[in-house]
Amino acid sequence: MFDLTGKSALITGASGGIGGEIARALHGAGAQVGLSGTREAPLQELAGELGERAFVLPCNLSDAEAVAALPKQAAEAMGAVDILVNNAGITRDNIFMRMSDDEWQSVLDVNLTATFKLCKGVMRGMMKARWGRIVNISSIVGATGNPGQANYAAAKAGMVGMSKSLAYEVATRNITVNAVAPGFIETAMTEKLTDEQKGQIMGQIPMARMGTPGEIAAAVLYLASPEAGYVTGTTLHVNGGMAML
Amino acid sequence: MSDIEDRVRKIVVEHLGVEEDKVVENASFIDDLGADSLDTVELVMAFEEEFGIEIPDDAAETIQTFGDAVKFIKEAA
Repeated sequence: MFDLTGKSALITGASGGIGGEIARALHGAGAQVGLSGTREAPLQELAGELGERAFVLPCNLSDAEAVAALPKQAAEAMGAVDILVNNAGITRDNIFMRMSDDEWQSVLDVNLTATFKLCKGVMRGMMKARWGRIVNISSIVGATGNPGQANYAAAKAGMVGMSKSLAYEVATRNITVNAVAPGFIETAMTEKLTDEQKGQIMGQIPMARMGTPGEIAAAVLYLASPEAGYVTGTTLHVNGGMAML
Repeated sequence: MSDIEDRVRKIVVEHLGVEEDKVVENASFIDDLGADSLDTVELVMAFEEEFGIEIPDDAAETIQTFGDAVKFIKEAA
């Protein structure tokens, strides 16, 4: 099950907790992995840990030119991009009435527009190969909303609508486009929460615990696999029951 | 007629699975040859590779018929 031998995967945000774990999971299933992220040091460290079949591809997703170049760099390094995981994301939280245009735009640029451009950049190769997997990492807040995160929630909901539309268009080419929507996951992002905040969140999670990056990576591995060939346009919610959608 | 025309026709026949004699100058890829919009994108990709040219999106939109494709490629190649 879930054998990715001979496939090449590009993962953005691979320097982060969830992205790194996604890279480990796909690599563990036999794929070549292109590790992208803004900070090169953690990418190098991860590539060193994975050993063969790992390529470091630094890219700042708020830089439009760098985004345009990334699919080509990945295809040159690995020979193809069969699997794209748009995992990179940023937050710039603020209450709606205080949210600046810049806070809004920068979050939309990195989380949504870069996803659009990367999908477009890898599509030609996938169409020719008549095989492709795109997994966009959305968020529970894209479905439920969250105070202080109008920009992030809009971008994450936008990813879902975009994924569904693209899924329609390329389904006959054997390319699937899906989203994974994590709930609260143990990462650097959630480590910053106070104990009180954590307590409140736990009260809303039937599983009464945060998820692990490995539990997100497992969902991505499934959607990237040949076995998920009949699954497209869906959002797989991995949230401990916090929102049953 | 010309070498370019033959090569373009070959790509269209292979890609759309149509009879060679249907691929005439005024044949519309979508209305006459059964292509969908994604097929036309793939045809343009195939033309780009066959002839080593770049066909920008705004130009690709004007290529509706076999004749349009041959004309564009003759000018670009």
